[in-house]
Amino acid sequence: MNDLKNFADILETAENRGKKIYEICQMLEAENTERPVAEIRERVKNIIAAMKSAIRAGLESEEKSTSGMCGDDCAKLINMYKNGKSLFGELHKKILKYSLATVEQNARMGKIAACPTAGSCGIVPSVIIAVAEELKVSDEREIDALVTAGLVGKIVSNKLALAGAVAGCQSECGVAAAMAAAAVVELYNGTNEQIINAAALTLKNIMGLVCDPVAGLVEIPCVKRNAFLAIYALVGAELALAGIKSVIPVDEVVDAIKQVGEMMSPKLKESSEAGLATTPTGLQITEELSRQWNAQ
Amino acid sequence: MEKAKTLFDVIGPVMIGPSSSHTAGAVRIGYLAGKIFGEKPDKVTFRLYNSFAKTGKGHGTDKGLLGGVLGYDVDNENIKTAYEEADKLAIVYSFEYRDDYTRHPNSVDIILENKHIGKMEIGGISVGAGEVAITKINGYKFNINGDYDTLILIYKDKPGMIYRVTALLQGQNINIASMHCDRKAKGKQASMGICVDGSISDYIINELSKIEEVYLIRNIEVLKK
Repeated sequence: MNDLKNFADILETAENRGKKIYEICQMLEAENTERPVAEIRERVKNIIAAMKSAIRAGLESEEKSTSGMCGDDCAKLINMYKNGKSLFGELHKKILKYSLATVEQNARMGKIAACPTAGSCGIVPSVIIAVAEELKVSDEREIDALVTAGLVGKIVSNKLALAGAVAGCQSECGVAAAMAAAAVVELYNGTNEQIINAAALTLKNIMGLVCDPVAGLVEIPCVKRNAFLAIYALVGAELALAGIKSVIPVDEVVDAIKQVGEMMSPKLKESSEAGLATTPTGLQITEELSRQWNAQ
Repeated sequence: MEKAKTLFDVIGPVMIGPSSSHTAGAVRIGYLAGKIFGEKPDKVTFRLYNSFAKTGKGHGTDKGLLGGVLGYDVDNENIKTAYEEADKLAIVYSFEYRDDYTRHPNSVDIILENKHIGKMEIGGISVGAGEVAITKINGYKFNINGDYDTLILIYKDKPGMIYRVTALLQGQNINIASMHCDRKAKGKQASMGICVDGSISDYIINELSKIEEVYLIRNIEVLKK
C-alpha cells in the first residue's frame, strides 16, 4: 500500500476494502514504520493527552508571551461567556476557547502538540476535542478522528511542505483547518467521500492565505487566526455532511495550493517583509521589541 | 536522502512553543551540540545569525539552544527557565546576534569550552518543522540530523583510515546508511560522519579509540522524535 500518495488512491482503496479512511491510514503507517497498529494508536492517544493538557493549562492562564503581545485573549472570551453573552452555541464557544487556550499556551512557551505546525496548533485539537465532548464519544473515536486529520495533513505534505516559509499560511493554518474538517466528519460518522470533500471544500477557501507575522513572531495574526480557522473547519464539515461536494477534486485543489504557494512573493512567506508585518503599527511594534531586546 | 513521511510529521511533536523551527529546532541543535561536545561545558557562547538573531528572543531560541545543551528534549518544560538551570550548574553562557546572509536564515554557531576538552565550535541550522542539521564541527563539514545513530570522527588524514573504520563496522554487521568526509588539507586532519542502521556498540567505540591518531570519537544516538 506504500504507493498511496494522493486522496483519490486512498479513497479508492478504502472503498474497495470496505474500510474507513483512518483504518487505511493506520494500516499504511504500520506498514511503513514496521510497528503494530495498536502502538501507533497508543502514540496518537498520547498526543491527544498532550493536546488536552495544553487546553487545560491555557484555559487557566493569563500569562503574557515573551514579547508581551498576547496571552490574555482566551480569558476575555471566558469572561464574556461567564456573563452569559455569546453569539454562538455551546460547541462553537468551546472551540473558540480551546483554540485560543492552546495557541496562547504555545506563545507563552508552554507545552503543545504541533498539528501540523506549532503556529497552527490550536485548530485541530480544539475542534476534535470540543466535538468529541459534545458528542460524548469514546477515547477510541478521538483517536480515529485525529488519525483521519493526520491522513489529510500527510497527503497534502506529499506535495507541499507544511511551512509558512515555503507556501504561506495556507499550508499551516489552512491545512490544519482541512485536517480538522475531515476529523469532524469522521466523528459524525460521515462517509469516506464526505471526509475527503470536507478537506477539499476547506482547502479551496483558504487558498492564498499569506504568512506575514508582525516582528516575525508566532503571535500576530497567528493567535487569533487559529480561532477563526477552527470555526471555519466546521463549515467545511457541515457542508460535506450535507452531501455538498467540491467540484474541483481534492488532489487538484492541493496542486492549485502548491502553485499559489510557489507564486506567492517571498515577502509574504514568513519573512515579515510585507502585509501586516509592515503596516505602520506592525513596524512600530517591531522597532519597539527590537529596542527592548537590544537593551537586554 | 528524503525521509518517508509519517503520520507523526503532521501530528506532533509534543513540544514547548512557540515555533517548531525557532524553538524546537533550537533545542535539537543545542542538544546535538551538547552531545558532540560530550561533557559538561564550563562556558557556552551562542552566535545566532539572521532570522535566529532577529526573532530569537521572541521565539525563545536562546532558551531552546541553552536548554538543548543542558540535554533537554523539545517537550521539557524547563526550557523556559534554561537560564536559571544553567546558572545552577555553574555554566557561563552568552549570546551574540549577527547578520550574515551567506549563512542559512536560521543558523547558529555554538562554542563550548571546558578545561578537559578545550574549545569546540559547532554550527547548526534549523531547516523547518523542527528538523535540524549540524553542519560544522571545528571547521569540518558534517550533515548530522539526528535521524540515525551517527559516528563522528576527527583523525589524521592518511591512507587507510576510512577502510579501518568501515571494516570495523562491517565486522559487527552494521550497515552504513550514509557517510560524509571532509578535510582541511592533505595530510592534516580529516573528518568522518557515518550514519548507521541500528546502533553503535561500546565495543566499536573502544576499538576505534585504539586506532592511532584519532583525535575525536563521538557516537550520537538518534533523536527522539
